[in-house]
Amino acid sequence: MAKSNKPIFWSLFAAGGTLAAFLAPVLALLFLMLSLGHAPDLLSYAKLHAFAAHWFGKLFLLGVITLFLWHAAHRLRVTFFDFGLRKDSLVAIVVYLVAGIGTIVTALALLRI
Amino acid sequence: MSRKPFVREVSKTGWYLKHPRYMRYMSREVTCIPIGAFALLLVCAVERLSQGQQAWDAFTAALKGPWSFLGMAVILAFATYNATNWFNVTPKAMPVQTGEEFLDGKYIVGAHYAVWAVATLVVLFFAGVL
Repeated sequence: MAKSNKPIFWSLFAAGGTLAAFLAPVLALLFLMLSLGHAPDLLSYAKLHAFAAHWFGKLFLLGVITLFLWHAAHRLRVTFFDFGLRKDSLVAIVVYLVAGIGTIVTALALLRI
Repeated sequence: MSRKPFVREVSKTGWYLKHPRYMRYMSREVTCIPIGAFALLLVCAVERLSQGQQAWDAFTAALKGPWSFLGMAVILAFATYNATNWFNVTPKAMPVQTGEEFLDGKYIVGAHYAVWAVATLVVLFFAGVL
């Protein structure tokens, strides 16, 4: 059977899309409130730092952020192709590299908290 | 023998303008741009949070204002659009069979909307909004 890495990226896309469907609107709403100057309690330094200091908070933030990243990366790869940029190998490397760097930066930042 | 084979001309950059169905497909695909931007913003947020209170306060101060509001409104709109599209195709993505019959799609979609509502309320409550 031919080997393919598609199932890995596709499952990350699907998992990220599902998580984004459930959580992206409400998380965006929290930042929308912040932009209006009515920052939710959770976005204060003390509250968010305490949340991220707990192992559950770390796991939650790492899961949400990285799956959003890998979801968007995979879909962006397809979207570039659909808009007429047919250099798929190059696009794939760039988008997955950004998602990979984002994953590492997030993990390292969370470990420091 | 034909010397003039029929070649259908398809624009690589504008093909989706030909049919509303293609336009709807593209509208679903481009939701990844605001969602990806939001994910990168969250990466910055965690990074700034790890740098201490001063860095975090500067980060949140920079996110106040009309341009930030506009960006967040776009992200919120596309994220909500992605959510409704995602949930509406769940009966096709994961059909539930009960005996000989398939469970009516509206129950699967409805269950997802219910979980979405609960998850949203839980986050709002935890964030101190409710």
